Amino acid sequence: MTGFGYSLTPSSRINLDDKDKEKWNKLIDLEPDVLKCMACGSCTASCTAGIFTKTSLRSAILYLQNGQEKQAMEYVKSCLLCGKCFMVCPRAINTRHLLLSISKIYTLK
Amino acid sequence: MEERIAGGYDPFVLPFMIGIVFILTYLLIALIRIICIMPKSDRKRLGLSLLKPKIIYKNIKDIFGDCLLHLKIFKCNPLLGYMHASIAFGWFMLIVIGHIEVALFTPQRNGIIYYPLFYRYFVAEQTPTPKGSLFFFLMDFFLLIVLSGIGLAMLKRIRSSALGMKRTTKPCVADRIALYCLWAIFPLRLLAEGFTAEISGGGFLTKSTNTLLANFFGNDINVLPMWWAYSIVLGLFFLALPFSRYMHIPTEPLYILLRNAGIKPSHPRKGIAEAEIYSCSSCGICLDACPMNTQKKNIKYSSVYFIRFLRKNNTQKTNEIADKCLMCGKCVAACPVSVDSCALKQSQRSTITNKLPYNYSFLNDVTIHSETHISDINAQSGSDNNNVLYFAGCMTHLTPAIIKSMTSIFETVKEKYVFADKDGGICCGRPLILAGRTDAAKEVIEKNRELVRNSGCKTIVLSCPICMKVFKEEYNLQGVTILHHTQYINNLILQGRLKLNKSEESFVYHDPCELGRGCNIYNEPRNVISAIGELKKADKEKDKSICCGGSLGSLTLDYADRTQITRESLQALTIENPDKIVTACPLCLKTFGDQSDTPVIDIAQAVADNIK
Repeated sequence: MTGFGYSLTPSSRINLDDKDKEKWNKLIDLEPDVLKCMACGSCTASCTAGIFTKTSLRSAILYLQNGQEKQAMEYVKSCLLCGKCFMVCPRAINTRHLLLSISKIYTLK
Repeated sequence: MEERIAGGYDPFVLPFMIGIVFILTYLLIALIRIICIMPKSDRKRLGLSLLKPKIIYKNIKDIFGDCLLHLKIFKCNPLLGYMHASIAFGWFMLIVIGHIEVALFTPQRNGIIYYPLFYRYFVAEQTPTPKGSLFFFLMDFFLLIVLSGIGLAMLKRIRSSALGMKRTTKPCVADRIALYCLWAIFPLRLLAEGFTAEISGGGFLTKSTNTLLANFFGNDINVLPMWWAYSIVLGLFFLALPFSRYMHIPTEPLYILLRNAGIKPSHPRKGIAEAEIYSCSSCGICLDACPMNTQKKNIKYSSVYFIRFLRKNNTQKTNEIADKCLMCGKCVAACPVSVDSCALKQSQRSTITNKLPYNYSFLNDVTIHSETHISDINAQSGSDNNNVLYFAGCMTHLTPAIIKSMTSIFETVKEKYVFADKDGGICCGRPLILAGRTDAAKEVIEKNRELVRNSGCKTIVLSCPICMKVFKEEYNLQGVTILHHTQYINNLILQGRLKLNKSEESFVYHDPCELGRGCNIYNEPRNVISAIGELKKADKEKDKSICCGGSLGSLTLDYADRTQITRESLQALTIENPDKIVTACPLCLKTFGDQSDTPVIDIAQAVADNIK
């Protein structure tokens, strides 16, 4: 796409072809539930840490799908693993294991 | 009695000697290894504990009760208990009486390790004496007891349900070798002593065996082969012992010492954990206890197999099982050796999750709801602060009915209370500990402790058993009474501050894992329910209560399996058709509430509905 040499906001364009899919596939292997998320936001609405921080599993999953790993980690690093999201999830996603798996795959070498 | 064989030696003792020397060397090295690998603080703790009379008494009591008499298995099933106790205690008595015989009749052979075992071959009684007859009787009596136990053990292999076990473990190769040797030891001993009885004399059992067999097989030609066979089987048993489940026999006393010293595992293969996993007798009592095992496919996730893989250092399998476990503690409560497999699984999880990064810098900004409110109350009540701090917990915020009921109870009894997490507090740290993230949990616990200390309250009331367990075990809040709301309400009733109507309704009480097995609170909720209605019984109660299926303990158990457990648990609760199911945990309330046909309420709701 050609730029016009100016813009009002920085571009939020993502090229999915540039992104490394390996980690995302590994995450699906470890916790297939990640594919069940329909981004309803119940987890974020009930989040204990969410009162004080921007912790949000919903956003983290969306960013990971877009390949924006760095941004995604901002949304899970303060998680207290309390399990409220697990109780409210309408898709019965195993959220605690998903959160641990995200940390495992995207932060450990 | 007099020595019959000059020199007190025959080559048939060699197989036994090889076995016993091997096992003693192995045990010595293993003991030194465990002590060396233990953290320094634990070693100091163990040393100090061995000097305290109270702990020494407990050690002796536990070693007798658990290792020899197996009192805990009697509680599970009397016949199963008898089977284990007869073999362990009978064998122990045979060894002890054998040594007494040597000391009394052939003191010159004291200290020869094989002598008491093959005593009947080496020593004979020419003319009967009362003392000799007594020993013949005692030895035969205990041999008979052991043989009856072996008979039951064989029956158990064929039909485990006859001894009250629905399932039993699959033995591995070393287990099988040791098992068949163990079965063979005592019948062979009977035969050997039986054939020798004509020369050496014998009691009611050996003498009659002799009379019976001599007519069929003759005597002299069978004496030595039987003693050889007896010795070989003993030797083989000792050679297979370290690689089999029977390693629990020598390890259990060590584990009891470590456990009573108050040492907790920090790593799944170091120090006390090492003693713990070798103390597992692979008996399989945990198979029937595990709530997951209502489905056959989940049997492989039982504690016994977890420990077996841990022994084999199979990291992949141990991680898989550790992540699956609900941490409900049923297997720990049922375990005859008290192996705390949940703690082991927690430390196994730690090996991976504790390294994960986290950022809890936000904790600095957390305060208790309206601090001014506290200072107001503190000012009113002056220096003696009798306020109650109410900490609802994360889960309770998902079930506002509990909070509403608790506030109404507080207001009825005119309690001055501070609602710590009204605007949302932080987690108690228990879920982090369950996931193995102990370092992260420490930060959260530290922050919460500071909040409790700053509030100045001397009593803290909790609505969630998950919080309750960690507050009691990790928070170290000296001078602060920690109460679950069941206890608090029970106290109010006992003090006469809360008057309740007794309704016609019938209730059944579900013991939440963390409150019952976790904090040992069984009677208070039952007292409270008896005050408001009729208390009905459940199929599995108290420490046998089945997890609701919603447990935070499991990391990987999927929704379908959880639903199955919930159904199972509800079925056990409703056998007497109660009007309502009462629980004391917001997590159980929510899990049951979604699936139960019978209405499910929290104990606080039941009480609030019946206030006079």
